[in-house]
Amino acid sequence: MTNRTAYTNARLLDPATGLDALGTLLTEGAKVADFGPGLFADGVPEGIQVVDCAGACLAPGLVDLRAQVGEPGFEHNETIATASRSAAAGGITAVAVLPNTDPVIDDVSGLEFIARRARETKLVKVFAYGALTKETAGKELTEMGLLSEAGAVGFTDGTCAVADALLLRRALSYATVWGKPIMQHPAEPRLSGGVMNAGEIASRLGLSGSPAMAEVIMLERDMRLVEMTGGRYHAAHISTAESVEVIRRAKAKGLRVTCDTAPPYFALTEQDVGEYRTFFKLDPPLRTEMDRRAIVEGLADGTIDAIASDHTPHDQDEKRVPFAQAAFGAVGFETLLPLVLELHHKGALPLLAALDKVTKVPADILGLPALGRLAKGGPADLVVFDLDRPWKVDGDRLASKSKNTCFDKRPVQGMVLRTVVDGRTVHTRASA
Amino acid sequence: MPTPAPTFVHPHDLEGRAHAFPHRHLLGIEGLTAPEINLVLDLADTYVAQNRSQERKSRALNGKTVVNLFFENSTRTRTSFELAAKRLGADAINMSVDGSSVKKGETLIDTAMTLNAMHLDVLVVRHQESGAPKLLADKVNCAVINAGDGQHEHPTQALLDALTIRQRKGKLKGLTVAICGDVLHSRVARSNIHLLNIMGATVRVVAPPTLLPAAVDRMGVEVHHTMATGLRDADIVMMLRVQSERMQGQFLPSQREYFRFYGLDRDKLGLAKPDALIMHPGPMNRGVEIDSLVADDIHRSLILQQVELGVAVRMACLDLLTRGRN
Repeated sequence: MTNRTAYTNARLLDPATGLDALGTLLTEGAKVADFGPGLFADGVPEGIQVVDCAGACLAPGLVDLRAQVGEPGFEHNETIATASRSAAAGGITAVAVLPNTDPVIDDVSGLEFIARRARETKLVKVFAYGALTKETAGKELTEMGLLSEAGAVGFTDGTCAVADALLLRRALSYATVWGKPIMQHPAEPRLSGGVMNAGEIASRLGLSGSPAMAEVIMLERDMRLVEMTGGRYHAAHISTAESVEVIRRAKAKGLRVTCDTAPPYFALTEQDVGEYRTFFKLDPPLRTEMDRRAIVEGLADGTIDAIASDHTPHDQDEKRVPFAQAAFGAVGFETLLPLVLELHHKGALPLLAALDKVTKVPADILGLPALGRLAKGGPADLVVFDLDRPWKVDGDRLASKSKNTCFDKRPVQGMVLRTVVDGRTVHTRASA
Repeated sequence: MPTPAPTFVHPHDLEGRAHAFPHRHLLGIEGLTAPEINLVLDLADTYVAQNRSQERKSRALNGKTVVNLFFENSTRTRTSFELAAKRLGADAINMSVDGSSVKKGETLIDTAMTLNAMHLDVLVVRHQESGAPKLLADKVNCAVINAGDGQHEHPTQALLDALTIRQRKGKLKGLTVAICGDVLHSRVARSNIHLLNIMGATVRVVAPPTLLPAAVDRMGVEVHHTMATGLRDADIVMMLRVQSERMQGQFLPSQREYFRFYGLDRDKLGLAKPDALIMHPGPMNRGVEIDSLVADDIHRSLILQQVELGVAVRMACLDLLTRGRN
């Protein structure tokens, strides 16, 4: 008899089916055996371990579309082990990592290395994108077929934009054979050289600016290439009002386009940079309040499909330097769910719609249809969270090896109590 | 709550009143008030007199240590600060990037902590990156003076420019000041825009759009793209150096084209008021942004006076930031 656990008194949430009901979920080994409002209504039979959720929410574990985990090459920032602990603490049960490592993940051995390290760590599921071009240099395509066979969930140059139109056109065409998405970091490199959003604040601070148009111009070009090739395209972390509009039009046209954003772009603005606060130096940069509102709107009307953590760990040495020299990016695993729930608490999105953006939708984009939903026989990847409990983000207490959060001291609502991967509890918060 | 009307405080009444200048550091002009700026200028006036007298040295900073930490080449600003510190009786030490451990990979914060352990009173910092003095100020116990950071601010330059104007025109309020040239790369321009706005002057920037920062119109300036409109009836023409060394990519087709349309010569100066005065923070590119005939015109050009008053302004800043501190 395999190990069976009943999660009782849970508010069962499944964005895929619209389920929102108080009930019980039963796992058997690594799988979900059964769940529903009526399950074990007369008590849990003997021999089944009981986890009383005491009214807390139970949802599919979060699927993170995009993160960096430092390994290989940047282990001083993060390793797959520390990243996995951080993800688990954030209720994330599956992570797709970018190929911007050293060496770049542009061949099968790189993918195998990530898979092996994830197996050894055995906390959350780690998937990897293959680089779209060798060394992410933007010149030569990688072996997309072989990489697909080895488990690449998609192709991207990660933090580097693919600027060459011909190369992107070929990649979009070729990748259709393997059914994998091409993920673009949309930023026209000749226009996006700045260190924060171009505008009054950058001018006052004497910092070079990246205009919103750098993102929009590349997106508009890419939409034409998608139209031309019939390829499957995913725009990473869109950050401007006009970008939302470009994607909206492309979807209306019926193009196979999806996009995501990350919490900083719906929760923060360029004002937060303040006096050279490098933890707010992101790529794309934080934009204006008008852009932030458009991002929230895009999330609400479905133009923006998903929300990724954009987890980018950097140690103190890479952030405690003059702003222009500081590294881009912030850690994001442990703040992803509370910030997504903030959208719900503020009334921008219904609860299930907000959760959809970090569960089912990213799983579908990554071609992992078993993940991100509650299904009988599906993997028991779950998160139990208290929807309402208030707390304050504390950078020093993050599980991530790097503490460069841009949400330090932010009051949030919604706390992860337990994370379960393949039926195993990989994180609990003791004071549940 | 209504803010109390600014009251004039004579510098001689300031002994023991450190709160009259309520800032720990001088990192920029943005955020200062008109009374605070007047306080610096009034005190600087007394130092101008001292510097012109036989007894140039005083003891206001006896026993204090001032370190000039320069990560960028500078002759006039560093010399000016050094002289200012020495005239006040302080021990002044120059550290430039060559020969310091910065080249050995030490981070800015390590440098700051090392200097901090030596119990300085004032750290004067010039750095090629905007915000570097702020980063240092957050880490050290002494006062930090920004001697120019990246494209952000150069507050003592704006203060000395203000003092120069005030001495010649008797006021700042109501004057029209045209700041011409490479505003985009200029920290001097930013500090002057802030200061002149705070003091009630009308500020124009005159440059081709490629040399203006984004949204510059929201910094309280009139934007002009031609000298013909920008200089009309100006009281002060403030020229900026074309900072080719900071330019990545092409901002201008050529130097001769720039001089033709934006270089200050007698013809263009004729558009300004007959008694308009010319300023330049130096070093000048003669024949690029300014014609020698204009630059060296002793009746119109304030360029050497700016240098002279720079020492006095820096003495005032050092004095105010060390008063009442041990």
